[in-house]
Formats: sequence, C-alpha cells, structure tokens
Amino acid sequence: MARFVVRRLISMVAVLVAISILTFVIFQVIPNGDPALRLAGRTATPENIASVRHAWGFDKPIYVQYLRTMRNIFDGSVISYTQEVNVEDQIRGDLPATLSLSIGAGVIWLFFGIVFGVISAIKAGRFTDRALTVLSMIGVSFPVFFLGALLSYYVGYKWGVLPQGNYVPLTQDPVGWLTHLIMPWAALSVLFIGIYARVLRNNFLDTMNEDFVRTARAKGLSERQVIIRHVLRNSLVPIISLWGLDFAAVIGGGAILTESVFNLQGVGQYAANSIQQLDVPPVLVITMFGAFFVVLLSAAVDMVYAFLNPRVRLSG
Amino acid sequence: MAVEPGVPAGTRLPGAFEAVPLAPEERHIAGIGPYRLALRRLRRNRVALAFGALFLLIVGLCLLAPIYSHDIAHIGPNVGEPNATVHVGGHTRQVLNANGVPIGPTWHSRFFFGADNEGRDVAVRLLYGGRNSLQIGLVAALLTIALATIVGLVAGYFRGIVDGVLSRAMDVIWSYPAVLLGVALGTSLALGGLDLGLFQVSGSSLGIPTAIIGIVYVPYVAKPLRGQVLGLREREFVDAARAQGYGSLRILVSEILPNVASTIIVFVPLIVANAILLEAALSYLGAGVRPPNPSWGTMIADGIHELPGAIHETLVPGIMLVLTVLGINVFGDGVRDALDPRATVRIER
Repeated sequence: MARFVVRRLISMVAVLVAISILTFVIFQVIPNGDPALRLAGRTATPENIASVRHAWGFDKPIYVQYLRTMRNIFDGSVISYTQEVNVEDQIRGDLPATLSLSIGAGVIWLFFGIVFGVISAIKAGRFTDRALTVLSMIGVSFPVFFLGALLSYYVGYKWGVLPQGNYVPLTQDPVGWLTHLIMPWAALSVLFIGIYARVLRNNFLDTMNEDFVRTARAKGLSERQVIIRHVLRNSLVPIISLWGLDFAAVIGGGAILTESVFNLQGVGQYAANSIQQLDVPPVLVITMFGAFFVVLLSAAVDMVYAFLNPRVRLSG
Repeated sequence: MAVEPGVPAGTRLPGAFEAVPLAPEERHIAGIGPYRLALRRLRRNRVALAFGALFLLIVGLCLLAPIYSHDIAHIGPNVGEPNATVHVGGHTRQVLNANGVPIGPTWHSRFFFGADNEGRDVAVRLLYGGRNSLQIGLVAALLTIALATIVGLVAGYFRGIVDGVLSRAMDVIWSYPAVLLGVALGTSLALGGLDLGLFQVSGSSLGIPTAIIGIVYVPYVAKPLRGQVLGLREREFVDAARAQGYGSLRILVSEILPNVASTIIVFVPLIVANAILLEAALSYLGAGVRPPNPSWGTMIADGIHELPGAIHETLVPGIMLVLTVLGINVFGDGVRDALDPRATVRIER
C-alpha cells in the first residue's frame, strides 16, 4: 500500500509540472502580443518598452522566465500584467464565491442524484422510472449557460422571485447569500443530477442481482433493510468516487460558465476575464490551482479504491 | 428468455429501454453476427430511432441553409437590415423598434424567428450557425475517436515505456481544466492565428475550435480502450496470430481492433454530443467561432448579452441546441443498449 501511495504521489507531481509547462508554453509560443507593450502603456517610447522588458525579465530565455514565474507562485508574489495587482490576493478574494457555488451545488447534485437514482431503480420499467429517465436525458442535454440564462431571465427578471445573480458574502448577509445562490446552484446541479441518477440506477439494478443480496433476503431481512444496508451501500461506492472527480473539476474551472452567467465574481470568471486580456500570470495560477484540485482528488479516489480493493494496487 | 452470448439467464430486468426480447423464431438461427443482432435490437427501439431521426432532420435543415437564405428569407446570415420593415398581421413594423429592441418571431418567410439586435434574420443565422456547430462537433468527435483509438491500442498493446509516456500525456490532458484549456488556446490562437511553416491557420478558422475540442476528450475514450487492450493482448487468439508470424501492426488492426470496435461505437454519440456542447461553451466565452460568423453558442451568447431584452434571441438557438444534443443522447443510449445491454459508459465535463 505504501508503495502504491508513493508512486501515485510522484505521478501527481509530474502531471502538475507538465501542466504548468504546457500553460506557460501555450501563451509564450503562440503569438499573442508583447506583454511589455501593454505594461508600458500606450504612449511609451521604445526606451520605456525596453526598460519594462528588462525589469520584468521578458528578455531572458524562456526557461528562466518559467522558473521565475514558478518561484513567484510559491512565494505568493505573482503580479498580473494588466492591472499589476497581486494575483493570489485577487484569487483569495474570489474564492468564497467559487467555494459557495461548488460546495452547495455538489451537495445538491449528490443528494438529488441519489434520491432520483434510487426511485428510478426501485420503480424500474414503470412510469416513474421512464419519467425520470426522460428528465435526466433532458438535463444532460442542457448547456449550463443556457439554463442559467433562462432561469435568470424568467425567475429573476420576469417573475422577480429571486435576485438575478451577483454574489453576496455569507458573513455579510446569510439570507442574501442563500437567495443569490439558489439559481446558480440549480443551473450547475441539473447536469450532474441527470448523470448521477442514471449511473446509480444502473449500479443499483446490477447490485440487485448479486448473490449477497439473495443471501440477505434468504436470511429473512426485510426488503427495506436489504435495499438500504446491502444494495444501496454497495452501489454508492462508484458514485462517491465520481463525486470526488466531478467536484474537483467544478472547483478547478468547471464553474466558469455558471459564474459568468450569474456574474458571481468567482475564480472562474477571473480566469475568463484574464484570458480575454491575455494576462498570463492569473491564467497560469488559476490553471495550476484547478489542476491541483483535480489531481489531488483523483489521487485520493484512487487510494481509497486501492485500500478497498487490493487488486488495483498491482495494476496502477 | 432468448439466449444471448455473455448474458447469463435471469440477469435481465424489466427496464423499459433495455429488455428487448427476441422473437421465438430467432432462437433457431445459428451464427448470427453480434452487429446484426445489435442492429435488430436497435430497430425495435422506437424511441431511440425517433430521436435519431430528429437529429438527422436538424442536420438536413442546416444543410439547406443556403437555399433557405437565398430563396425564402432573401437575406444572408451576416447581413443586418435594421431599417427594414415587415408586414405582420396587417401592420407594417420596423425590424428594430425605436429603442433598438429587435422584432420577435413573425412566422413569415422573412424574419421567421425574428431579428437580432443588428437586424439580422435569426432563422437564417440559426441554420448557418447549425452548420458550424454540427461541423465542429462531428469533425472534432472523429478526431477524438481516431486519436483515442491509436493511443489506446498502442499504449495497451506495447505497454512499458510507450504506455508510460502516453498514459502520462493522457493524465495531463485529463487533469487540465477542459474549459480553461479550450478558452486559453482558443483566445491566444484566434488573436494571431498560427504559422506552422507548411500551413497557416487564420484566427477565424473553424479548425481551431475543432482541434481543441478534438483533443480535450481523447483521454475519456483512450483510457478505457487501453484497459480493454491490456486484457485482450493476453488472449489465445492473439498468441495464435503471433505464432503465425503476424507483425504487431497486423495484430493490432485485424485481431485487437475488431474486439474493441463496439466500445468505440458506443463512445461516438457521447463524444459528438459533448463536442457540440463544448463548442457552444467556448463560443459563449468568446473563444470558439469568431463573430460575425454564427454558431449556436455565439448566438446564445449574443442573446444573453442583450438580456433582459428580446428573449427569442437566446431561446431559439438554445432550444435548437438542446434538441440536437437530446437527439444524439437518446439515440446513443439506444445504440449502447443494443450493442451491450449491460454496459455502463459515461462521460463528464
């Protein structure tokens, strides 16, 4: 087990390094305008530009620039090109919105995914199951930003039931926080509820055919106990690991669309704005931050699996 | 219960979309191929066929875009006529009213689905935009499938260092936040285009979003394929081929590929649906199809920026996109059930 953990951690670090190099290269190799020109401003003389270029190290070889940027990331002293503010301070300011959105939505989609999946499986083949299947199919076919825009227009603007986007900090106004987040949560969760309900339904039906379920019935457990203690517990394992991966992906950039539709001012929206301005440092930091979550949680999921199932350790 | 290879009796559940009992006379037919069997099961799945037909209908309509534009609406996709007037219900109305709010659906040959804020015909743009969205989705999906098949087969068959390098590369793409990667590449490429010496890609080319989307989903297909190949290469028929003196390439193509073909087929609709959705997302964030060229994603984005104004600008392309993806998803589900009633394949974003 220890060997497996070490090997997994090494490959995790390697992937992160590769991602940081890739992001850096994407913005360096591809022609996207000289950052020194933008930093020096519109009325800069060639001397100004040259001095900016020297001061920021843009005249150094690319690997020196890369190492310098990485060192700054770990120091927490990365400065953005366009507004010349500390990137990590900015991210720290945007993080509460992103975390509120993704944690809330994560809980909601897990809960409803399980509830609908179980109902669908228990009623397999009947009307309820078919209706839920149709609903989940429609749910997975909706682009998040389209659903978000519809909610915001009808619920927020036309009917005026809920406020239309923006983020209110939890510490400032808990009720406002909740009402502002209900629509973003709903928009982000629908897709995952659809997927989870279908995956759980299939797992559940597969588990129902296992021998241990027949044994549980044979020893006289009530149907309720069989379902909850044996079938549900076993069919939930893959759902939980899926949840780990999806949740990481949402924190690490997956919420970018929801954030921009509802103007939540989160990390994803910051990334989107920085990309529009070809501001490399924030994009680099946010990408690393997102990839870190994905890599960390997928390693955690792998380790939990290896712990539960010794066969995985040998093939990893 | 009819006998099927690999499915133990009694494992079928009364799922409405799954259990497709074979007719009694089919029990006596010997040696029917698995694909014939799957096709037969698919043909019985009316729901899947109906949604597949819906998808084909949308594709067909989008292909007719030039005819609609030229002969019915008499306006090009990127032509705005903000001062034009249309006759609706006996009244003559401006395409854009005094406040610049575009007219809604007229249900007439001109501005059937209304106009956008620049006085362009939404229906014409919808069809032309569909051509772009569908073309990007389909080509990107083919690219994904081709790359993933090569990576999966090679990594699984050769193992060792080749597998190590390819699998790590897949890990990198897989861990990279997909939308961020797409937006980052799309924006920086769109600004300057790409000059690769032999050929140049201009910033407004559809090739850029296609290539990005084609790469993003490769690991989702390559990883499971690699796993299957790892198992297949130890099987007797591969040993037999090797003993006959077949080379690696021939074993891969004629022995291993046919055995993973059904997995690949199951992935095709999933990837197409997700590629179309990702194209819309990238265009929404301004990194996909470049304006003034339409795509469903850019049209939705244009509409959202006009809110709260004329909701039809958002609704029309959005509903079209949902219908298209829904058609592919339901049909794809039917294909999966037909090929392997017990398989569970999924993809996430």
